[in-house]
Amino acid sequence: MNLTLHVWRQAGPRAPGKMVVYKAGDISPDMSFLEMLDVVNEGLTLRGEVPIAFDHDCREGICGMCSLMINGIAHGPMKGTATCQLHMRSFKDGDTIYIEPWRAGAFPVIKDLAVDRSALDRIIQAGGFITAATGGAQDANAVLVPKESVDGAMDAAACIGCGACVAACPNASASLFTAAKITHLGLLPQGQPERYRRALEMVDQMDLENFGSCTLHGECQEACPKEISIDTITRMNRDFIRGRLIGTRP
Amino acid sequence: MGRLRIFYASMVGKKVVMGVTGLIGVGFVIMHSLGNLLVFRGPAAINSYSHFLKSTGELLWGLRILLIVAVMFHVIAAVQLTLQSRAARPLAYTKQEHQAATVASRTMRWGGALLLVFIALHVLHFTTGTIRPAGVFSPDDVYANVVTSFRIWWVALFYVAVMVALGLHLFHGAWSSVRSVGVSPPSPQPLHHRISFAIALLVWAAFTAVPIAVAAGIVR
Amino acid sequence: MTVQLEAHIPSGPLAQKWGKHRFEMKLVSPANKRKHTIIVVGSGLAGGAAAATMSELGYNVKCFCFQDSPRRAHSIAAQGGINAAKNYQNDGDSIYRLFYDTLKGGDFRSREANVYRLAELSGNIIDQCVAQGVPFAREYGGLLSNRSFGGAQVSRTFYARGQTGQQLLLGAYQALERQIARGGVTMYPRTEMLDLVVIDGKARGIVVRDLVTGAIESHAGEAVVLATGGYANVFHLSTNAQGSNATAIWRAYKRGAAFANPCFTQIHPTCIPVSGEYQSKLTLMSESLRNDGRVWVSKEPGDKRDPRQIPENERDYYLERKYPSFGNLAPRDIASRAAKEVCDEGRGVGESGLGVYLDFADTIKRLGRDVIKERYGNLFEMYERITDEDPYEVPMRIYPAAHYTMGGLWVDYNLMSNVDGLHVTGEANFSDHGANRLGASALMQGLADGYFIIPNTIGHYLVSNKLEKVDASHAAFKAAEAEVAERTNRFLSIKGKRTVASFHRELGKIMWHYCGMSRNDAGLRTALKKIPELREEFWRDVNVPGSDVELNQALEKAGRVADFLELGELICLDALHRTESCGGHFREESQTADGEALRDDENFAYVAAWQYAGEGRSPVLNKEPLVFENVKLSQRSYK
Repeated sequence: MNLTLHVWRQAGPRAPGKMVVYKAGDISPDMSFLEMLDVVNEGLTLRGEVPIAFDHDCREGICGMCSLMINGIAHGPMKGTATCQLHMRSFKDGDTIYIEPWRAGAFPVIKDLAVDRSALDRIIQAGGFITAATGGAQDANAVLVPKESVDGAMDAAACIGCGACVAACPNASASLFTAAKITHLGLLPQGQPERYRRALEMVDQMDLENFGSCTLHGECQEACPKEISIDTITRMNRDFIRGRLIGTRP
Repeated sequence: MGRLRIFYASMVGKKVVMGVTGLIGVGFVIMHSLGNLLVFRGPAAINSYSHFLKSTGELLWGLRILLIVAVMFHVIAAVQLTLQSRAARPLAYTKQEHQAATVASRTMRWGGALLLVFIALHVLHFTTGTIRPAGVFSPDDVYANVVTSFRIWWVALFYVAVMVALGLHLFHGAWSSVRSVGVSPPSPQPLHHRISFAIALLVWAAFTAVPIAVAAGIVR
Repeated sequence: MTVQLEAHIPSGPLAQKWGKHRFEMKLVSPANKRKHTIIVVGSGLAGGAAAATMSELGYNVKCFCFQDSPRRAHSIAAQGGINAAKNYQNDGDSIYRLFYDTLKGGDFRSREANVYRLAELSGNIIDQCVAQGVPFAREYGGLLSNRSFGGAQVSRTFYARGQTGQQLLLGAYQALERQIARGGVTMYPRTEMLDLVVIDGKARGIVVRDLVTGAIESHAGEAVVLATGGYANVFHLSTNAQGSNATAIWRAYKRGAAFANPCFTQIHPTCIPVSGEYQSKLTLMSESLRNDGRVWVSKEPGDKRDPRQIPENERDYYLERKYPSFGNLAPRDIASRAAKEVCDEGRGVGESGLGVYLDFADTIKRLGRDVIKERYGNLFEMYERITDEDPYEVPMRIYPAAHYTMGGLWVDYNLMSNVDGLHVTGEANFSDHGANRLGASALMQGLADGYFIIPNTIGHYLVSNKLEKVDASHAAFKAAEAEVAERTNRFLSIKGKRTVASFHRELGKIMWHYCGMSRNDAGLRTALKKIPELREEFWRDVNVPGSDVELNQALEKAGRVADFLELGELICLDALHRTESCGGHFREESQTADGEALRDDENFAYVAAWQYAGEGRSPVLNKEPLVFENVKLSQRSYK
């Protein structure tokens, strides 16, 4: 396959950026999207140019480090798939592909396609945990957890923290990310003591990080490589309203 | 009050305010559109309904104040949220393909602004009679005001066009309000989504029927 | 110069060692804990759990990871599960049985005391994780669910769909983030450790490079914990993440820490086969699939028929045939070797002939598609995404791939290396898995080390040693910084004609070919000749573009590959010296009549701990004898 790539190049956080056109030749349809970029980068290196910086690590769709807005779609055209698991067979010979970084004020560009997503870590810091210091935990079977609860929690806990929800959202909102954690912990009995406090702290932090608001377009749910539902956002709002208006006591 | 202020300060709080005020609006337009259908039962029916509303005195004013306050909060929250969301993405994508956003969801802001202008014009037109496209206005004869106005083609056309915007706004607004206020049960095909569609369709049809019927000469 | 390797195993009966040791260890008073700075490198299960727990205890912790967030550590990719001797299934499990299975699974090349402690702590891990909100699979009644895993005949594996590692890591990550918010842990993401600083024989800090700005900085502390994972990327194609590297442990090795059993590498039997030269990684299909999938190839070499057209009597379910009691659940090393064997006979499947079938047709017939979907849906989807084949319809093709490294820095019972103050946890140390790790044991070890062992033993070290006040302005830090800067500049100044990736690929081929699933004297000697040549070419002809004052991924990779080029040689050296076969280390010269690994307990029942002897000098071999007081060494049999 031969492709034309339009890639966002930006030398550093404060440098101006622009789209640059590259030709990618001899691409196998069995390559992953990132392997295609590896090939392009090897070519750039041998030509004495600076290779394209992009974040990636596990390349099996679980670490959440890869990103990329591909032809205007977060993680590219394949639903429920992170960029590292997107294969070139999703494209045709001769295609033109636009590749941009996640764009949000809360995700400043570090270089080229790599962005700083530490805002998401800070949302977790604010309350995305169950306070359970190591040691002294009771037997794991002491509290029964209905299968339905744990399955629902797991659906939300599958979030890989990639930030595609923010990238795809027309408002650059982090609601789905935040709501997924609130839902994961809020559905489990262990998460009940801090349930409302957690929702308040995390939502407030989301505001502080200057993400946008949720208008329920549903773009996040479409972009999410783990297909997390916007139902979680309803739950986040419910816990937030309850916590703010009535109080955080469960 | 402090608690409410803190609540409103957050984006979720503002969304809840938009949701609640929006749902008030949904209730209002449903009643309004059903009331409008009385036009089809002749001048006596709609005029006596109008007299009845006016005769309730404080109650009517109470409702009016509620609506005015709701619209104010709805608009202020919308403006604030829009500004925040704009600021959240300082640099737009060169290319962005929407996967899930609908015409309805994407026209909420411009459609909302259009509706705000429309509401002002509409009140000046049918409530106060300040704007008189047909040159005449009778505070006691709603039927006549409707018929004389909608006989003018561009007035009817304007109303019909705005009602498309209203229908869209209503559809996305009604179901997303339910989610914003946190009451919808989890489901991939939630019931409130279908109910919202039905409400939007019904209100749009009822509101559109009157100007069309007048312009077409069915109601005279 | 040999070093004294004293394992510090507590005396007393096996089952009481850890309890006794915990009582005997000295404690740091609560008020004094915050005066101690502990440096933790790595934020996976072993590092993240350690950093969070030590901060909970009151220590001042600095935690480093090269990824953009501690949540990305490669522990996240573990799919199948975590073992614990809970005996919830009433199928005869016990701490002793888990201990024995793990020791036997490791082909009796690990320490009894360490492995027993691991089994003993396994239950606490599950309790702790459930308390944190890890959504382990449950039955309708609300009790925890278990499944069986390779190398065991009981169901003791706890799991969260196919994402157990992710959920356990997120539990540790959330605990860590809580401590970061509290101020107990300072987190340094996108920061890579490039050297260890040893002052007066004690590890006192590290030198790091800020991967965003390129700044080289020092961090001083009273103790250093390396939790930097394994080195399977020395094979280039492995199931590890792209960034997984050996640099931290290799730098520590060069500063005096002994490297134990480097040749004990695990080749995982169920990975998606290689499809082309461009390939950057191999994807694991969880071992749990072997619970319900049957492994087979055609009886005929070169059989190119559609697998569905091959009748039952022409298929060879070779694992079931050779190992009737464990069948498809034979341990990883054995399953991998068996796959290689049938492929060497020309019976491999797929275009390359390097693959075997993992077939679910029988189970789908028996249990229905929905049950299989519920159990493995996400794995099946992943397989289809990568190969474009539907495993519900066509058997999966799988082939072994480098996955895990049992070897690592040598540590004593307290998880401290032979360099005082340098502690090593998780996959980065050599401690618990001997010559082969059983499935669902890595998560167990990482968390046992991180949550329960190191937080206890580190205090003992801090109190037992007089530690002078040292800060990053000390001359030793400045010297190490200068060395790091010099090395960085050297990479950038070569400006040769080959990319870093091309060297990595070539090294990987040498390692896989000569030091992979089976090894022999001649091959290892060839590798030991080729690797130094390749290393020499690397330092002459590598091309590292860009500068050192920015995010420069090629520069990061160059440093890692340069270290792999040295480590690869040590692995081959170790493999050459160990002329027995054991676990994942199969020497063709040492096998039973029917081709199974043949151990040589008389000559090799020891830990081989290699000591750096300086540039251009052969490393020194130290031996820590393995003493078995409780179990009888037996030839491992899964027949």
